[in-house]
Amino acid sequence: MHSMMKASVAALALGVASTSAFADGHALSGDLRIVSDMSNPAPRAVMEGLVADFGEMHPDLNIELTIVDREAWKTQIRNALTADAPDVVNWYAANRMGPYVEAGLFEDVSDMYEDGSLPGLDAVKGAMTLDGKQWGVPYTFYQWGIYYREDIFNELGLEEPTTMEEEIANCQVILDSGRKCYAIGTKFLWTAGGWFDYMNMRTNGFDFHMELARGEVEWTDPRVVETFENWAQLIDMGAFIDDHQSYSWQEALKFMTDGDATAYLIGNFAVAPMRDAGLDDSQIDFYQFPTIADVPQGEDAPTDTFHIPAQASNKDNARAFLSFVASADVQTEINSGDALGQLPINADSGVDADEFLEQGFDMLSNNAQGGVAQFFDRDFPAEMASVGMEGLQEFMVFPENRDDILARLEEARQRIYQ
Amino acid sequence: MTAPAVPDTHPPVKRSWYKENEIAVTPWLFLLPGILFFALYVIIPIFQSFWISFHQWDGLGEKTWVGLGNYERLLGGDRKFEVSFWNNLKWLVLYLLAIPMGLFISLFLNQTVRGIRLYKSLFFFPFVISQVVVGLVFSWFYLPGDQGLLNNVVGVFGLGPYNILGSPDSATYGIIAAGLWPQTAYCMILYLTGLNAVDPEQVEAARLDGAKGHKMLWYVIIPQLKPATFIAFVVTIIGALRSFDFIAVMTNGGPFGSTRVLSFYMFEESLSEFGFRMGYGAAIAVVLFFIMLGFITYFLWSMYQDEKGAR
Repeated sequence: MHSMMKASVAALALGVASTSAFADGHALSGDLRIVSDMSNPAPRAVMEGLVADFGEMHPDLNIELTIVDREAWKTQIRNALTADAPDVVNWYAANRMGPYVEAGLFEDVSDMYEDGSLPGLDAVKGAMTLDGKQWGVPYTFYQWGIYYREDIFNELGLEEPTTMEEEIANCQVILDSGRKCYAIGTKFLWTAGGWFDYMNMRTNGFDFHMELARGEVEWTDPRVVETFENWAQLIDMGAFIDDHQSYSWQEALKFMTDGDATAYLIGNFAVAPMRDAGLDDSQIDFYQFPTIADVPQGEDAPTDTFHIPAQASNKDNARAFLSFVASADVQTEINSGDALGQLPINADSGVDADEFLEQGFDMLSNNAQGGVAQFFDRDFPAEMASVGMEGLQEFMVFPENRDDILARLEEARQRIYQ
Repeated sequence: MTAPAVPDTHPPVKRSWYKENEIAVTPWLFLLPGILFFALYVIIPIFQSFWISFHQWDGLGEKTWVGLGNYERLLGGDRKFEVSFWNNLKWLVLYLLAIPMGLFISLFLNQTVRGIRLYKSLFFFPFVISQVVVGLVFSWFYLPGDQGLLNNVVGVFGLGPYNILGSPDSATYGIIAAGLWPQTAYCMILYLTGLNAVDPEQVEAARLDGAKGHKMLWYVIIPQLKPATFIAFVVTIIGALRSFDFIAVMTNGGPFGSTRVLSFYMFEESLSEFGFRMGYGAAIAVVLFFIMLGFITYFLWSMYQDEKGAR
């Protein structure tokens, strides 16, 4: 495998040397070992394309790419970072970096943000910052919001709501027509985290949500209770599909494509499967989660990242690769609709002419004054996230257990944030 | 002891140490590789788990000594632990149903009719397929609404629909039922071989004495099946403690953690995506270890008693 890689890189080098020879000025040499979790078909092609392009720019560089299963990587990364660490790895932004930053396993790349090798990344710098330093480079992010069946909204004469009152009025019409308002699958818990993020950010604002994530507010606080009361309004009116605790998010998508549910609070990654299921763009549309209280709107926009392990052996090459990935042109290319189909993290990049990407980009640039959160399971520490999401799922099935659930979460908070 | 009359003019050849101790040493030499690997991969990790369970540790950084802190939290009212523990008990008790069910099927199949081999292999089939596949098939069978076969069947009788795996009250029982399917097949095959060894003369004698039906079964057949029952009991208890695969595939511990068992909880705490609380996970492992040790001691003791009785 290794020698095959070498051979193909060498062949590439031969082919390229005559044409674009060393346009870069300082061609790299040596090795670069990348371990990537971009294992789904489209991301995989993107990652392989990135390596091929980078190899073309640096013909003397021997790049070794290993792609591992995305779910498996979540537990494998620990071993990868400690034993025979590669030079570049994939991970996630914000608190999910915490354990590796604390254990000194991620390289501090603050220098890249300071010396100008990452132009256009000021807006996303915050998500990569822990302890005042930056620990990696993002490569893509995507918006969350309400994806809905435009054709059913038209049929029922509904408009995109902007406030919770309108949302509830819409939902009543939808329920009366014999449909459910929201598809959701909470078998793997995290989808419930999305609903809580938005309910809490709209009820109490982004800053309060982050205080809760940092463990500075009690879960039994009346403001948190209010969030749950607002949420319970929707649950009590039967807005969510039945038995959602038995479905994964993909399985629940069927309710929306069949027209049994009209909307889905989910990330932009759900658009591709919706299209695959036969819905065209005249049937699906997107709107920002409606407002509840008069607070600046915060949004969830999870960011995926590249990092350099602290024990990597080719850090200079790795830094060059990171700035290559984050550069404006590469960002435009890999996030386009026929590649990742997500949003570029570089402010100078273009957004693909895609209905959802354009709306998402506009929303996050102009209408997220509150701030941009990562996601429940990335903003909250791991243990709090797992206890929390379990409680959120229980709340969505048995809203009457609210006080018991909150007491349990508060108990967990006191233990976890010591 | 008397000295030899004639002095020994040929003192024995000095033999090597190995030759002198050959009988005592050789078995150990043969055992050595096994002992070494068993110690390395089983015995030492057990003690390491004990050691880790006294610490707080994320698997990466420094361990922090917390003494019995993990155990105090675990046994002092951790709800997840209590749920897991009771689920383990449910598994242990209900899984034993596989034994009478297996016995019943083996009695039913223990006859000579055309094609009986085919029927036997069909009944044994669920044990051959992977537990993951069984779990997946059952989770489809249980699907809520009108999607699953179960709800379609009970719907004919005007019942349901039920969401077996979605309700915290029924989910564990639903998984146990799925587990019983292959386990019953296993017990069946054990009893089928056992039935081959039943002494026909004793059956004949019992028949002359007028025993038939369930009296014949209870007083003549089942006592002769005792070895098979013992093995079935052992494998069923072990199977009940190995319920991890079914839970992971069918509910992933949910809904809201109501189907966890101790092994699943241990995995979640120490090795899952949001885990890496190695100390706490090790503490659960230690508790599970002692529960299993109880069973193993009982088995060893009863085997020892049996052998003593046979002598």
